[in-house]
Amino acid sequence: MSAAKRGIGGPSREHIGAVLAPLVLVAALVGAWELYVQLGGVDRFVLPAPHEVAAALWNNAGYIAANLKPTAEEVLLGIVLALLVGFGLAVAVHLSPLLRRAVYPLAVGSQAVPVAVIAVLLIFWWGFGILPKLVVITLICFFPVLVTTVDGLAGVDPDELKLLRTLDASRWQAFRFAELPAALPAAISGARIALTVAVIGAYIAESQTATTGPYGGLGHEINADLTALQTPRAYAAALVLFGFAIGCFYALGLVERRLAPWAYRSKRAAR
Amino acid sequence: MQTGLEPGPRPPSSKPIAPRADAAAWPVRIANVSRAYTAQDGGSGGSVQALAGISLQAGAEELLAVVGPSGCGKTTLLELICGLQRPDTGTIECEAAALMPQRDLLLPWLSALDNAALALRIAHMPRARARACAAAVFDELGLTGFERARPYELSGGMRQRVAFVRTLLSGKRLLCLDEPFGALDAITRAEMHAWLGEALEREPRTVVLVTHDVEEAIMLADRVVVLSPRPGRVVAELDVDLARPRSRTDADVVALREQALIALATATAAPTLEQVR
Repeated sequence: MSAAKRGIGGPSREHIGAVLAPLVLVAALVGAWELYVQLGGVDRFVLPAPHEVAAALWNNAGYIAANLKPTAEEVLLGIVLALLVGFGLAVAVHLSPLLRRAVYPLAVGSQAVPVAVIAVLLIFWWGFGILPKLVVITLICFFPVLVTTVDGLAGVDPDELKLLRTLDASRWQAFRFAELPAALPAAISGARIALTVAVIGAYIAESQTATTGPYGGLGHEINADLTALQTPRAYAAALVLFGFAIGCFYALGLVERRLAPWAYRSKRAAR
Repeated sequence: MQTGLEPGPRPPSSKPIAPRADAAAWPVRIANVSRAYTAQDGGSGGSVQALAGISLQAGAEELLAVVGPSGCGKTTLLELICGLQRPDTGTIECEAAALMPQRDLLLPWLSALDNAALALRIAHMPRARARACAAAVFDELGLTGFERARPYELSGGMRQRVAFVRTLLSGKRLLCLDEPFGALDAITRAEMHAWLGEALEREPRTVVLVTHDVEEAIMLADRVVVLSPRPGRVVAELDVDLARPRSRTDADVVALREQALIALATATAAPTLEQVR
């Protein structure tokens, strides 16, 4: 309430700073980059200047947008799958210590398996469509969700569970009324980590599992452009991935505010 | 003063109760109960004796206050009554009890109304009906307008009120209140005392109230039991046969408070002397 009131008096100095700070940082980095290339520090095929990247982005906007579409689909569907798998596993592992012993080492180990090893198998099973890519992204992204959710479920106030017991709550009701909502913010934090990994996961997936059709996704495009020495366009595509990841990250912040407003509130209060 | 091994003490004098079977007249009967925690619960080697041979009873619709210094096993006593722990020795015969814990423990993801209605939801009442029931109690106890507030939007006093309504709506006739007003400032606490008195007038229950505040005990209770420092034993029992609402400065209240404080001081001094020898 008081925080909302404080915000009424127009943009504060703090507010302007929050918007300006990242812009100033980006401008400084881009400036340094441009200067470095202009001064001949590096071959243009190795590192194009920012203005060349901007030009490549402008001239190939349609092509890059067409490639963003499959990549965005992979990332968003992949993250949903990773959330389902990670959250589901976390609940199972939380409810059964035996399962925890069995599953946890495997989950950790799964993160060390290079995708190339199973890529051929995935294509053998599911062909050249989106499915093998979703499997790769899910495999890479379920882990942060699993770990944070398990911690969230275990971090429920034991006194809250005790209270529910005096109210004659069953195990399922204790889970539904206390543990599940308590774990939700943790799961969303895991999803935020997973999301940033999902973008690079999509690149790996596209690199490892071939695609038929003209637009194979930004990862596919970047690989092709690099081989063809179309470095500015590869950088332009990477820039789009960069922006896409940032956009998704903040979009998830909005989702958190809707799904778990109490966590958002207490985080703000803690500042 | 009473040793606890005596059979039934007389019923509380302030609220005459109709002649009933003994079990119904005494919703709480604790005889000679001891409880120790082993070192793995956090002690430094050996076990910690929380309660040593404690005996007490609470009559139907009586408000029994249990006073004692910090760490004398008051919370353990309530958890024993609520069946969250088992005694090492002795017997506990209690009605089903609802606990109002020291911290309000309102669930941050539920509104005040849904928190209050939690017990009803757990009893499989549909959400709309549970809310309607809780809303009726909100109206009755002067909480109208706070139904939709989230716990973090409520003041400490309001949170305790909601927690009390949640305990009340458990439908159990025995309520165990664990230092319910310990975290509140003096003015809010005085308001809460008045509010609790009215609430219990409207919704009579048997209450076991645990506190370290002697004055609070005298202001609220029909009877006060004084515990010694750990291991907790009953060292005094005082009838508070005074009309409500009571005033802190009332001569009878002051006299009883002194009596309780002397009992506490004596109990606290004794083990120290033993340690010196």
